[in-house]
Amino acid sequence: MNRIEGRVKVTGLATYAAEYPVEGVTYAYPVQSRIAKGRVKHVDAAPALELPGVLAVLSCEDPPSLAEDADPELALFRSRDIAYRGQIIAAVVADTYDNARAGADAVRVDYDPDDHDVTLRMDHPGLYKPDVVNPDYPTDTELGDVEAGLAEAATTVDVVYETPVMHNNPMEPHAALAYWDEDGRLMLYDTAQGSSTSRDMVAHTLGLPKDQVRVVARHVGGGFGSKGTTRPQAVLAALAAKAVGRPVKIALTRQQMFDVTGYRTPTIQRLRLGADGEGRLTALEHVAYEQTSTIAEFAEQTATPARVMYATPALRTRHRLVRLDVGTPSWMRAPGECPGMYALESAMDELAYAAGIDPVELRLRNEPETEPYSGLPFSSRDLAGCLREGARRFGWEQRDPAPGVRREGEWLIGTGVASSTYPARRRPSKALAKVLDDGDVLVQVGAADIGTGARTALTRIAAATLNVAPERVHVELGDSDLPDGPVAGGSMGTASWGSAVVRACEEMVKDGKEGRADTTDEVAKEAELARHAFGAQFAEVRVSMVTGEVRVSRLLGVFAAGNIVDPELARSQFIGGMTMGLGMALMEETLTDEEFGGFLHRDLAQYHVPVCADIRDVQAVWLDEQDDALNPMGSKGIGEIGIVGTAAAVGNAVFHATGHRVRELPITPAKVMRHTF
Amino acid sequence: MDITLQVNGVPRTVHVDPRTSLLDLLRERLGLVGAKKGCDHGQCGACTVLIDGRRANACLALAVAVEGREITTVEGLANGDELHPLQAAFIEHDAFQCGYCTPGQLCSAAGMLGEPGPSAVTEDLATDPGLTPEEIRERMSGNLCRCGAYVNIVSAIREVTS
Repeated sequence: MNRIEGRVKVTGLATYAAEYPVEGVTYAYPVQSRIAKGRVKHVDAAPALELPGVLAVLSCEDPPSLAEDADPELALFRSRDIAYRGQIIAAVVADTYDNARAGADAVRVDYDPDDHDVTLRMDHPGLYKPDVVNPDYPTDTELGDVEAGLAEAATTVDVVYETPVMHNNPMEPHAALAYWDEDGRLMLYDTAQGSSTSRDMVAHTLGLPKDQVRVVARHVGGGFGSKGTTRPQAVLAALAAKAVGRPVKIALTRQQMFDVTGYRTPTIQRLRLGADGEGRLTALEHVAYEQTSTIAEFAEQTATPARVMYATPALRTRHRLVRLDVGTPSWMRAPGECPGMYALESAMDELAYAAGIDPVELRLRNEPETEPYSGLPFSSRDLAGCLREGARRFGWEQRDPAPGVRREGEWLIGTGVASSTYPARRRPSKALAKVLDDGDVLVQVGAADIGTGARTALTRIAAATLNVAPERVHVELGDSDLPDGPVAGGSMGTASWGSAVVRACEEMVKDGKEGRADTTDEVAKEAELARHAFGAQFAEVRVSMVTGEVRVSRLLGVFAAGNIVDPELARSQFIGGMTMGLGMALMEETLTDEEFGGFLHRDLAQYHVPVCADIRDVQAVWLDEQDDALNPMGSKGIGEIGIVGTAAAVGNAVFHATGHRVRELPITPAKVMRHTF
Repeated sequence: MDITLQVNGVPRTVHVDPRTSLLDLLRERLGLVGAKKGCDHGQCGACTVLIDGRRANACLALAVAVEGREITTVEGLANGDELHPLQAAFIEHDAFQCGYCTPGQLCSAAGMLGEPGPSAVTEDLATDPGLTPEEIRERMSGNLCRCGAYVNIVSAIREVTS
């Protein structure tokens, strides 16, 4: 079965947020702060209002009425304070896009600037310990005696790894189209990873009851976390539509996206590992240093995978944040696990070399019986199976462990391995299933399809539950008027919505006509278990001794992710995550402008993502894994685990190829060429 | 000013602001939202259309500069209900996820099929290399896909070219 929305996507008929045909639409264009810290003294709208087509200028000169406790990133024009360069401080509404943009250029803003600080450092005096890290994990954990474990170790590793600011950069820029109907209800087409959740956040920000807002997001052009929480364009469209009494469309430019739609915090991570003569860990310490903004706290859970991965008698994890004059970091594919596993799995590779043990074998020797920090049993865990199957398929046995010895002309060749993990959680969801007049089944759930194939996966799930052909099932999603569903994020979508769809279908069979489900109680009653997906990633790279260029000639991911609901969609998801992981390894980086604040990289010519020519032999396979403790489908989320571990596997392969360890991502030619060959 | 151009075989006469790009003309004035705006700077390829049969970034062309030209967008690739072979292959090979880059990928691939001659990765410049996987990857690298569907995009195009 192919993707249900395949035909509308290849014919250009799939409608994304900015594309709904709405009569009399007008256009909003934001004005952004040119300073990184300070206050807006005055916004002079007059030059803009004199231009043709300009209908209104919104700014802090006439602050809108918003909820007191609105998210500071969404509380537009409420304050004169500027927290970061690029913050939206005004907006112009006009009859056409070109007029709105010209109007925004004409707005004059006077500032009262302060000195700014935008640089994350391990020794920053402002570092502090947040109360929890995302979503609600303990900030620090301590088990056993780390110092004693390191002291008694036969081999130790003490290393610092760094990851840069990264931007999600979904292909569809964040956009919204809003109008208020005659009854004062807000209709909002939004680029949202969840229509129910976007409705809740927009209603809250505007101080409206939930039923006064409807959010529709039938097709979303990727999000990777950046559309998981409401972004300013949604609020701006609503405010602007109110101000001019007409529908307003706003589509952020690619440059504006870098400033106001979130990014992955840069990290500095210190890893200290000790192992005995057999390679068994005696201590593991993982400390992460990260940034947040002055207006909101975002505490990425970077050191949490160390609580899950390996058996050790002594385990310490810590997170420290510093508030800088920057936009608030946000969710980007596998937040926490992705940067954290990059550092942990690179350090494990260093330990393997230091101890003279094969990197696959080192991981196998440190398989835990139960989840290391919590002591909870795993609902299922087959990391060992993934490592073994991956090694077999990749031809790992023939690998000569010596680094820097395989040459083909100017190219050095190496291979590397890393583990992957991602939590397998679910959230409460509602759903409705109904028999239609022709005997087909209508399934409604406030899910989102951001490219994951949720429509197709949920159709399969309903069809399997009812034992009918998938063609007889019609799934509706992407609308907050449907039964409430959680956001497409945290690899929880299919598990959450799917559980509700199964229950609704079961109820429908009992009733004969209609079934409604709400899985709140079911989710609350889950047994206490450690639930995670696992995987192993293998990379082969070729590194040019002349240019320092790294080419990834092979990538293999083997995953143990429960029951795979749809093999074709799953393969695409895994490969897609691995492709983004390759980008993280070799090219993705947003440089911060230390002099003026904000970012120096603000478009796709500067922020490089993988292109077709970068991606060669990328394969993903999975093991059969039965896990009845998860949900009715027995599935684990697969949207994020594909990116976890890829960068470490590539980095470890670069070391194997060259004999040199690059500890700051991305591994650019300039960093490779610091070494001579 | 008033301009006339052919869009998917139909002559269209529109009054345009001289600042308007071909992409904004298609999306905001002609209701053809198939061509996508991903960057507006010719960096992502999501807006790729065919201008007189050659692939081009619609965001980099001013509407007034394509007066009288023949524009083909993704909406014009299929023959009525019959999908273009590339469209059918993209569905069959799951060559997209979110679908936002897909119209540009399809128009780009359709344009590529009619572009003989060597590319930057061609070893022997004297002979036509044909659309090998290596050549397809090189020639399709102006179209970004953030979902990471490249592996499937190449196999879909291969099905049509081989």
